[in-house]
Amino acid sequence: MSRPRPALVFGVLAALAAALVVASLLVGPARLPPGESLAALLGGAPPAEALIMRELRLPRAALGLLIGAGLGLSGAALQGYLRNPLAEPGLVGVSGSAALGAVIALYSGLSAAFPLALPLMALGFGLGAALLVQGLAGAGSSSITLILAGLAVSSLASALTALALNLAPNPFAASEIVHWLLGSLVDRSLPQLWLAGPFLVAGMALLLTLGRSLDALTLGEDAAASLGVSLPGARIRVVLGVALATGAGVAVAGAIGFVGLVAPHLLRPLVGGRPSALLPASALGGAILLLAADVAVRLIAPERDLKLGVVTALVGAPLFLHLVWRSRRTLT
Amino acid sequence: MSLLALEGVTASRGRRPVLAGVDLAVAPGEVVALLGANGAGKSTLLRAAAGIAPASGVIRLGGAALGALDARARALRVAYLPQEREIAWALDVAALVGLGRLPHRATPEADRAAVAEAIAAMDLAGFEARPATELSGGERARALIARALAQEAPLLLADEPAAGLDPAHQIALMARLRLLARTGRGVLVALHDLSLAARWCDRAALLHGGRIVADGPPEAVLTAARLAEVYGIVAHLDRDADGPILVPVGPAPSRPERG
Repeated sequence: MSRPRPALVFGVLAALAAALVVASLLVGPARLPPGESLAALLGGAPPAEALIMRELRLPRAALGLLIGAGLGLSGAALQGYLRNPLAEPGLVGVSGSAALGAVIALYSGLSAAFPLALPLMALGFGLGAALLVQGLAGAGSSSITLILAGLAVSSLASALTALALNLAPNPFAASEIVHWLLGSLVDRSLPQLWLAGPFLVAGMALLLTLGRSLDALTLGEDAAASLGVSLPGARIRVVLGVALATGAGVAVAGAIGFVGLVAPHLLRPLVGGRPSALLPASALGGAILLLAADVAVRLIAPERDLKLGVVTALVGAPLFLHLVWRSRRTLT
Repeated sequence: MSLLALEGVTASRGRRPVLAGVDLAVAPGEVVALLGANGAGKSTLLRAAAGIAPASGVIRLGGAALGALDARARALRVAYLPQEREIAWALDVAALVGLGRLPHRATPEADRAAVAEAIAAMDLAGFEARPATELSGGERARALIARALAQEAPLLLADEPAAGLDPAHQIALMARLRLLARTGRGVLVALHDLSLAARWCDRAALLHGGRIVADGPPEAVLTAARLAEVYGIVAHLDRDADGPILVPVGPAPSRPERG
């Protein structure tokens, strides 16, 4: 195997992410010509086009970039912290709980009365779940208790989500809940971006500080502690960072699976396995996967409203199968 | 001033008390073997001394109370090599050994030099670019020892570093620990191999029943009576020009059952 070259990997990933942001700006049901679209973004275009570009496509592309990066980064941080390649943002109960918050907003009709109630409820539930998991896992430093606490909280959240569906007042409410759960960036606009953006950025900033601690954890918890890593401090940063970065993503886009699991997996061999290099690479990789999926749903079946979470799962699951198949030889 | 001083240290593993008042010191320039049967508490003692397992009593690192040092200051004073040889990701050997440099925040040149020296010391030259997860058990053990050496702390606490090494690399390891001590550092090494302990260590500390029951030159500590009492074995004891020779040869004659 050739020696990993992280600088080259970062360059290629950044270029791909940038290209997909542009692609996301250019694709949409309004079918604006590419030149005019970009001109409308910068000003000097008919008001209708400027409105589409600035209030719909730009927030959608920015949300795709930030939410994808948040998922990729959360996955890489959790895998590094737990030293388990199967860890993903859903594991600590944040995604399931954020989704439950959103479902309650839909179920109770709050979201119809006040549009931002849904993302606010989702964010609140996501952060609450993180605090609950952190409290349940206790002050000890062992990572296995975190997995168990996360499993307990996400099981509870999915049970309550199922209850809400079960008791939905009418078929229309049930279908609204199901559609929301499938995940989408359709019709998201500036208010959602302003609401989720700061949380996404803060969560990612927190997770990016974990590089050295995660590198040391490669050798296990005892060796990491002896290398000067504060294990309780690292855990608080992981849980809070994932809660912010993933919770805010679920709050505006619904539950989007597989990005946080697959992005770190695909990129780990390319950066030489080192968790500190994988964090930024996986953020870019997550953004690429989500932006590509969001462009794809608009190109493949624009009239059918194909859901983003469905596409990421459809692409992610076979990709994951392939990775498992390939790693059978090395994981013995 | 000793690099490590334990006075009246007690510690438990779960609810079971393991250490019941341990007194032990390691001075610059010496390799001390920490001996004892399975479950005697060698690992607990090393983890307590490294500041990663709770213990009560007095623990000093280079004169400073362990509790008064922050995590990084501790990492600059003591390197700890756990018994578990965990390597979670496929880092190449150079990057793995480089993890020992994390507490230092030194220049890249200083880090590279320390890593190269540790890799050479553990006979791993040529392995730098190999993924550590593809190494054999013994190579992996040597890479992890190199990681602890690259930390360049005045005190090295090593838990069973010789387990799984072939005889040539066991001897090379012990010679390396001696060389470290000759440059003014101190080493406390938990060993099951009494032959290595007898021949290569300046002192042996024998842990039994939660206390250090004997502490001194290996020949003075590893007497036939103590080997029978602590390990339940008979050993052949001899010496040549370079030092003691100890070969376990069989179980000790069974003692009368205590009622």
